[in-house]
Amino acid sequence: MKVEGVKLIREDGLRHDGRRPEDLRPIRMEVGVLSNADGSALVEFGRTRVLAAVYGPREPPQKFMLLPDRAILRVRYHMAPFSTSDRKSPAPSRREIELSKVIREALEPIVLTKQFPRTAIDVFIEVLQADGGTRTTGVTAASLALADAGIPMKALVGGVAVGKVEGVLVLDIDEVEDSMGEADMPVAGAPDLGLITLLQLNGVMTEEEFQKALDMAWDAIRRIVDMEKEVLRWKYNVGGDSK
Amino acid sequence: MEQASEGRILVLPGDPLDPAVDAQPPYVYIDENGVKRAAVPGFVSRRGDRLVFIGLEGIYIPKPGDVVIGLVSGIGVTNWFIDINSPYTAVLNVQDFLGRPFNPATDDLSRYLDVGDYVKVKVLAFDRTRSPLVTVQGQGLGKIVEGKVVEISPARVPRVIGRKGSMLEVLTKETGCEVFAAVNGRVHVKCPNKELEAIVVLAVKTIEREAFTSGLTARIRKLIEEEMVVRGVKS
Repeated sequence: MKVEGVKLIREDGLRHDGRRPEDLRPIRMEVGVLSNADGSALVEFGRTRVLAAVYGPREPPQKFMLLPDRAILRVRYHMAPFSTSDRKSPAPSRREIELSKVIREALEPIVLTKQFPRTAIDVFIEVLQADGGTRTTGVTAASLALADAGIPMKALVGGVAVGKVEGVLVLDIDEVEDSMGEADMPVAGAPDLGLITLLQLNGVMTEEEFQKALDMAWDAIRRIVDMEKEVLRWKYNVGGDSK
Repeated sequence: MEQASEGRILVLPGDPLDPAVDAQPPYVYIDENGVKRAAVPGFVSRRGDRLVFIGLEGIYIPKPGDVVIGLVSGIGVTNWFIDINSPYTAVLNVQDFLGRPFNPATDDLSRYLDVGDYVKVKVLAFDRTRSPLVTVQGQGLGKIVEGKVVEISPARVPRVIGRKGSMLEVLTKETGCEVFAAVNGRVHVKCPNKELEAIVVLAVKTIEREAFTSGLTARIRKLIEEEMVVRGVKS
């Protein structure tokens, strides 16, 4: 996305879309959206929209991959060709392969894979619309889909990105702030356990800024995981199981 | 944690549990600090002086002694591969099925059980390092030749059976059908006619969808009665 001449921090101190620096975008979550998957979830952070589907544990077609003491987690992060303003080639890019690995590593510490040796748990993350923060939205959607599938996990995880634009730390950055800002730090973790499972930093921050950014992200992750729990509660209390 | 309905608390992965809660992995796990936490969504409810954990989602893990309904998914040289709605494919040996010595050169396995056949089997052995071994030696076991098999989530099977078999009684008494709910989430329905079969299948699917709502047994009884009138089985 090419945006020229946008003022990232307006004179009144608000961001280009009217949020305060510590505000999240409007978040919407839904579970059990796909009937063929064992578990699924749709998560939206503003205009970023990500679908996650979980299958398994199951026996994969290639048995050589299996581990004798635990299940393997296979994660595919993929952006739909229509998710960006310029068409994205549907072939997995270098970036998508890397993000698949990063998201897998964000989920591996919380999934109780030792319960299901010699099986595979497949997580498919499909970005339907990209507007920044797709990896953290992907982690959030995958966590909900895993819970929906009934795969034993230590806790729910959530993710959010903190950025620095015009010297100000801002929470939950979108595409414009990401591409024109000075730093971008995606964080994911499980607040129930006090565990950070994903931390990346692209750009430059001072030590104080980093500490403050991490605090902002952690506080937001708490709120995001609370939202995940709210959605799951709604599923079991009010709505019927869609499967 | 939140009060879901009377005496029942909904817990989600990561929620700390009362140490007295009676539950085993994979439903719960104990973290590094010794805190017992839920690993899957579930209800904690009080039964007598016990706190029990009822998993809302579940994956069937074979246990020796379980009677399950399997679907033949493949044929080997001297065995069948049976899909038992679990992460692990079960193995049924031909000697066990035929009860006599067997020569792969002259006997054709697909004559006895073909891919796509349902078979009621008992789990003999399973330790997670090898495929589960199943047997048809036992009363009522063997190929399922009539009726219909409905697939539901394994976590919903206790609801189809009901407390002390109350739901199963409604399903069978009202319709005259035979219903067998296997722990792996497959329900075998055998009825005198197609209409009754369709009614029981509908009832089982309704139980799966509304598993954790109150007054379900009464609603299912009403549903069966109404459907029997609508479908002209009973006036």
